[in-house]
Amino acid sequence: MVPISHYLVLSVILFFIGVFGVFIRRNAIVIFMCIELMLNSANLAFIAFARYLDSMDGQIFVFFVMTVAAAEAAVGLGIIIALYRNRETINVDDINLMKW
Amino acid sequence: MIEYIWLVPFFPLLGVFINGVLGIRFPKRFIGLVGCSAILLSFLVSCLIFLELIQSPPAAPFEVTLYQWIPCGDLKVNIGFLVDALSLVMMLTVSGVSFVIHVYSIGYMHDDPGYRRYFTYLNLFVFFMLTLVTANSFLLMFIGWEGVGLCSYLLIGFWYKNKAPADAGKKAFIVNRIGDYGFLLAMMLIFVVFGTLDFLPVFENAPHIFRGGELTIILITLLLFLGACGKSAQIPLYVWLPDAMEGPTPVSALIHAATMVTAGVYMVARCNVLYSLAPLSMGVVAVIGALTAIFTASIAIVNNDIKRVLAYSTISQLGYMFLACGVGAFAAGIFHLMTHAFFKGLLFLCAGSVMHALSGELDMRKMGSLKAHLPITYWTFLIGCLAIAGIFPFAGFFSKDEILWNAFQSNIFLWVVGAIAAFMTAFYMFRAVFMTFHGESRVEPEVAKHVHESPPVMTNPLVALAILSTIGGLVGIPIVKGWNRFHDFLSPVLGGHEAHLAEKSMAGVAYATEVAPHSVEIMHHSVGLELLMMVVSLVIGIVGIITAYYLYLKCPELPERIAQRFKQLYHLLYNKYFVDEIYFAYVVTPVNIISTFFWKFFDDKVVDGALVNGSAWVVKRVSGSLKRLQTGYVQHYALSILLGVLFVLYLILKR
Repeated sequence: MVPISHYLVLSVILFFIGVFGVFIRRNAIVIFMCIELMLNSANLAFIAFARYLDSMDGQIFVFFVMTVAAAEAAVGLGIIIALYRNRETINVDDINLMKW
Repeated sequence: MIEYIWLVPFFPLLGVFINGVLGIRFPKRFIGLVGCSAILLSFLVSCLIFLELIQSPPAAPFEVTLYQWIPCGDLKVNIGFLVDALSLVMMLTVSGVSFVIHVYSIGYMHDDPGYRRYFTYLNLFVFFMLTLVTANSFLLMFIGWEGVGLCSYLLIGFWYKNKAPADAGKKAFIVNRIGDYGFLLAMMLIFVVFGTLDFLPVFENAPHIFRGGELTIILITLLLFLGACGKSAQIPLYVWLPDAMEGPTPVSALIHAATMVTAGVYMVARCNVLYSLAPLSMGVVAVIGALTAIFTASIAIVNNDIKRVLAYSTISQLGYMFLACGVGAFAAGIFHLMTHAFFKGLLFLCAGSVMHALSGELDMRKMGSLKAHLPITYWTFLIGCLAIAGIFPFAGFFSKDEILWNAFQSNIFLWVVGAIAAFMTAFYMFRAVFMTFHGESRVEPEVAKHVHESPPVMTNPLVALAILSTIGGLVGIPIVKGWNRFHDFLSPVLGGHEAHLAEKSMAGVAYATEVAPHSVEIMHHSVGLELLMMVVSLVIGIVGIITAYYLYLKCPELPERIAQRFKQLYHLLYNKYFVDEIYFAYVVTPVNIISTFFWKFFDDKVVDGALVNGSAWVVKRVSGSLKRLQTGYVQHYALSILLGVLFVLYLILKR
């Protein structure tokens, strides 16, 4: 039996990979994937706790998160495509119009 | 008919609407017709109300409320009208004289490009004046008060393209502001004390709240009198009236002689209950009135401008009215107000007719011997002069005599001042007659060719007013009981308590003489004395006329020699005691300096510089540096969110 701490450590590692990916990467799609990674690390933690506490609540949350992530992926990809059509780039360094 | 009192001010307002809003393309004839018929309708309604009131006198003053205007906490003000003897006399006088002068204006203003504007303003003035005299509360009266001030300003500056009329209009408006300020303060004080601004409750409660002579009531009445001083041109606020002669002559006749300037007298008479509770204020009113009467009469003696002579004479006669009010003879004051409206309106219209004949000439030194050319103007002017000089049986005799008699009863000094002023009045009025219509012609030859009598539309009003000036005094014949109908008519409003008022008022004046305490006694056994006084005042008038005759017809070179002899006095009088110059140096200039300081320093530097531009500058600088935080990179924002979360976590975990 793998102890819960292993799962949680894995979850934290995945989460911070996602965080640093969001901060560091310049490609909008990669940033997007990193956000998905963060969501899934949270899912992993939910599942681990659900198993550990022998409760179904965590699993229900995971389904919610997956649904939201799917919707978000659809909207996000739509935005990225629209962005590319307009500016012919998805490099976030070039997309800084929203400022003074 | 009384319920339709609101029609009285309504018709002139309708006239303003028709001429002012719709009348752009109306022909002149129609504009004049609308203007005159509006006033005529008001006059007819007033007459009907008067007849009804005479036939069945109501027990109490009649109030008509149209609707509630301001309901605000304790303050409730209605648009309402008060019908009693006093307001009726004023309504009849105002609408009647206004109608005559409107008709005259049709002829006088015929060639003026501002014809429509003129009639619109004139109707607006009558509307406000009728509101003033019919109002049932101080606030509504104040609306009329301010409205007539506005119309006065508009009409003085009617020929606004010239500098002198424009300045005169501003002067009138600003000087009146000082008086209105007093009126406003008095009104607030009345509201604080009585909790209402309606006339009837205030006058009903006043004797219960005050025993007489309290500081509050003295303050109220003095502040009201300050307002009256502004509107009715009394010392020290009289300076605007002579300058107001820059306006068209019918305007001078209507506003600055017959009606508006008497508003102050009307207001004091309306508040007679309050004044009778404040003997000190009564004393002040009497003294100011007497001083004004003699002060301005002395200026009129040496003035050469026919309209200014009449203007100073107006101020002087207004002084008489206040003198009457101040000694408690309110009915006599209102009586003189009415007769004065007739003969002073007449005199001004005659002056207008003379100007009309002489292509606008005002200087009496360039007139003379006009009697043959202007017969109607001459005879009507003469009647007006006889009336104002107090010659029996013209209107002014009865009213002026009544005032002098009342002044005599209360204080001999006031009588002496009044009698000297009466002598001066007779003198300067007949000086005007002789210089204008008699003697050698000094008319400039170019002008002399065109001298002509005015058209009937102008001379008929003169005749109408001349008739009124002749017989107008007969409504108030003194001595014989029951013949003084004017007095009897007004007594429900102004009270029959004048005798003890006269006594009270003088108690407040420092120099009260021994006459005062006995005045009641005198009143009852005084028929012989009163007759004697009538003869005395008649003689005073006749002496004035004879003096004028002697100086200006018999020996025309004599006035010049007298002027040489008393050079300094003449200089002082000729320059109107330098009052304008004194006001300019001690009031206008300091105000200008202070205003310039506030403008250049406070407004430009502090308000505009430090406050407005300064705050904008600070915001610009601060935001200029803070805006760099907003890079437009979402990753930067995310990083700051992360750092913030970590910081909060640190704070939570540290504990």
